[in-house]
Amino acid sequence: MSENILDVNNLKTSFFVDGSEIKAVDGVTFNVPKGKTLGIVGESGSGKSISALSILRLVEDPGKIVDGSISFKGEELTAAKEPRMRQIRGNEISMIFQEPMTSLNPVYTVGQQLRESFKIHEGLGKKAGTKRSIEMLELVGIPSPEKRVDQYPYELSGGMRQRVMIAMALACKPELLIADEPTTALDVTIQAQILELIKELQEEIGMSVVMITHDLGVVAETCDYVAVMYCGKVVELADVETLFENPRHPYTVGLLNSLPRHDQDQDELVPIKGNVPAPDEMPEGCRFAPRCPFASDICSKLPELETQEDGNEVRCWIYTDEWDGEEVKVYDKEHSS
Amino acid sequence: MAVASKERVHDTKPVNPRIKSFKEFFKRLRKNKSALVGFYVLAFLFLVSIFGAIDANYNLLGVSSNATSLTEKLEGPSAAHWFGTDHLGRDIFFRILHGMYITLGVGFAATFMGAFVGVPLGILAGYYGGWLDTIIMRVMDVLLAFPGILLALAIVSVLGGSTINVTIAIAIGSLPQFARIVRGSTLTTKKLEYVDAIRALGARDGKIIFQHILPNIMSPIIVNTTLFIASAILSAAGLSFLGLGVQPPTPEWGAMLNDGRNYMYQAGHITFFPGMMIVIVVLAFNLFGDGLRDAIDPKQKQ
Amino acid sequence: MTTFIIRRVLQLIPVLIGVSILVFSLMHLTPGNPAVIMAGESAPEATVAAIEQRLGLNDPLYVQYWNFLTNALQLDFGTSIRDNIPVMSHIQARFFITLELAIYSTIFTVVLGVLAGIVSAVKRYSISDVSLMVVTLFGLSMPNFWLGLMLIQWFSIELGWFAPTGWGNLDQLVLPVIALGTAGAAIVARMTRSSMLDVITQDYIRTARAKGVKERVVIFRHALKNALIPVVTVVGLQFGYLLAGSVLTESVFAINGLGRLIIDSILQRDFPVVQGAVLVIAVTFVFVNLLVDISYRMLNKRVDLN
Repeated sequence: MSENILDVNNLKTSFFVDGSEIKAVDGVTFNVPKGKTLGIVGESGSGKSISALSILRLVEDPGKIVDGSISFKGEELTAAKEPRMRQIRGNEISMIFQEPMTSLNPVYTVGQQLRESFKIHEGLGKKAGTKRSIEMLELVGIPSPEKRVDQYPYELSGGMRQRVMIAMALACKPELLIADEPTTALDVTIQAQILELIKELQEEIGMSVVMITHDLGVVAETCDYVAVMYCGKVVELADVETLFENPRHPYTVGLLNSLPRHDQDQDELVPIKGNVPAPDEMPEGCRFAPRCPFASDICSKLPELETQEDGNEVRCWIYTDEWDGEEVKVYDKEHSS
Repeated sequence: MAVASKERVHDTKPVNPRIKSFKEFFKRLRKNKSALVGFYVLAFLFLVSIFGAIDANYNLLGVSSNATSLTEKLEGPSAAHWFGTDHLGRDIFFRILHGMYITLGVGFAATFMGAFVGVPLGILAGYYGGWLDTIIMRVMDVLLAFPGILLALAIVSVLGGSTINVTIAIAIGSLPQFARIVRGSTLTTKKLEYVDAIRALGARDGKIIFQHILPNIMSPIIVNTTLFIASAILSAAGLSFLGLGVQPPTPEWGAMLNDGRNYMYQAGHITFFPGMMIVIVVLAFNLFGDGLRDAIDPKQKQ
Repeated sequence: MTTFIIRRVLQLIPVLIGVSILVFSLMHLTPGNPAVIMAGESAPEATVAAIEQRLGLNDPLYVQYWNFLTNALQLDFGTSIRDNIPVMSHIQARFFITLELAIYSTIFTVVLGVLAGIVSAVKRYSISDVSLMVVTLFGLSMPNFWLGLMLIQWFSIELGWFAPTGWGNLDQLVLPVIALGTAGAAIVARMTRSSMLDVITQDYIRTARAKGVKERVVIFRHALKNALIPVVTVVGLQFGYLLAGSVLTESVFAINGLGRLIIDSILQRDFPVVQGAVLVIAVTFVFVNLLVDISYRMLNKRVDLN
């Protein structure tokens, strides 16, 4: 792998509600190579969004980063002072959120909101800021940007708003873009356009991307590497080909099997049985064990994230010497069910 | 995990959940400390006011609230007269005690009269809609055009100042509030699917209203009744303070304030204690009402 | 927007007619002959007859109402029973004092209430939040006339800082404005707090933070403008309460405003003056509400369609 722009190590973010601790992110480790795209995949509640917010230190009360390190270009973000974090936010690391409908401030025009970034990070005045705002709107493919710049969010469609969000995120040419489910709230046709746009701009600016999604289709289309998260932990870290060709963790396999694939003959979709455990019913050992078809005795102990021979990592007893169950073939490519 | 991931949980609860049982209701109420304080203060004041009401006629304590004493005029608080005496030498503590049932009584009576008329109006407007709705709500709009105490003032100016008239005036002033809130809740309840289903089954309007609408809109009615008592007490005291409400020598607190204002330079305590009592009573109703709202009707704000 | 304004203005017409009918009926709902009441029980027949004549009490009711309405539209509310001066000149002299009192109190209410609400919301559950909320609860529960009396007691009688009565000089303005505006400030503070708390959790606030906006700017630029939209309605209602509440405050501070005119006229059974003054306050309130509705609509237009 090439040089990493972001190294997240053993990150733990918890919410403290009514005296009890809810571990939303529980020892997450991943890294983002420079210029590449890392996908973070998982069901809702797996901690992927909180991980992303933790990077920018935007987790709100009663949430707190409890442990771990976030190293951005060698700088430790968990220890950075707030003014430094403000310099980074929107400038070196930007974020796009899931809900374009509600992520723009309804009482300010598109231009006012875009201009703010230029003012904060580049000290541009109103005139220069507006000019740059129009350029950005044009860049993200918004027609007649001179007109749009003076409009309020309610005058734009969802897809347009997400484009504005992207324009805002890319305004100061960030080195890292975190996109939290950027297309989930959009129509399928718009989805493809937005993903394509992010990819194009990534090449143009040369930035790295963290793409958070629950949609493996999006991963296949956009990512170079993937971190699969389950219940606050990374269960598999792999390059995108390996993940689809040779997934290791039973949860990853479950995700793939529940996905309709047009490249294969499928009799039926197989959903993962059971539900994500509630935070107060979290199993002590492997979090996935209660839903895992291969679960064995040893799974009542928590496995570590172990590096495999191809450099990818997986958190599962099956790939260790301690495995006490029978020999299993976790993923059968031909008969994926 | 919903909390942790900050994902918005869509609330699927009905707008005004029915109060399942009083046990559950008290359980929820008990969690709210300030509501509990309000409740205890009110319970205590009720007992005191009942005692005061009885004593006002029979002088159990041997002190009449209207017994004057020219030798003890305008005295400050002392062991003999806890809250001091007024310009006629009357004991302020006993006057407050004997006047408490009037203050509470007017507040309750006015509010219940208002609810008794306002709630049916709101249900009619909300349930039947159409021209009935338009007429009722236009009339309410007209009443609302007289802000605050002004409507009561105008009515009292016609009827003349007396305890009964003040009560009626405040009750009329409360009509629009009850009608509006009830109309809104009725509209929401009416739209619920099961009400549609019942109607489709051929239930009569009366049955639907009494068995299905009314229980569903009880929560906002109860909460607003409680909160309105607080403002009814304030209005009644205000009218009496202006000399247009309960007439002296009845020891109504607002009227006592009116008595005392001419002696502020010599004896500030005459105006302090009755007003402080109004604050305590109104505060208790506000605390209790807020707590009730949180306990039984969390969706309703303001 | 224009259609909204036109529709809203048209809606006023039935309300204003209703208001005029109600005010008109004040005199006629009185038990007994209003002329006798006005003249006094022991007044000679001739005086009563003269009052009846002057007020047109012998005409059919609808004629009386029509005359009342058409005159009122020309700001003619008849003449005072007591001194024969036109009601309008009584009102004119006093109206602006009351309006001034209400406007100053509204400013006091909004500034104090919004500031307290912001502090409370930003420092949620802190000592300052809890104590502010306790103070606002007291503010809500306090009769404004009693607060006025207490302010006079402390700041005029004991400390001698402010004049206890009158209106016009700065030292006469402070106490009445505080007395009248406190309850409203408490309401606005609570409203601002809950509205702020609601806005602070919105997605666009997170967006602003993610841009690197300073927390102070997030609060005052991004959150406040949204949070104040619902507060506008409350302030409009408050203005009405302040107009009406001035009746009590003017009585406490012996201010010669409209409120005191109403009270004096009620006590003197001077019905035409009561009618005129009550009508003026109600109509003012109706028009203030119209303005508030329109401005709310203009502010909220952007939010509504979300």
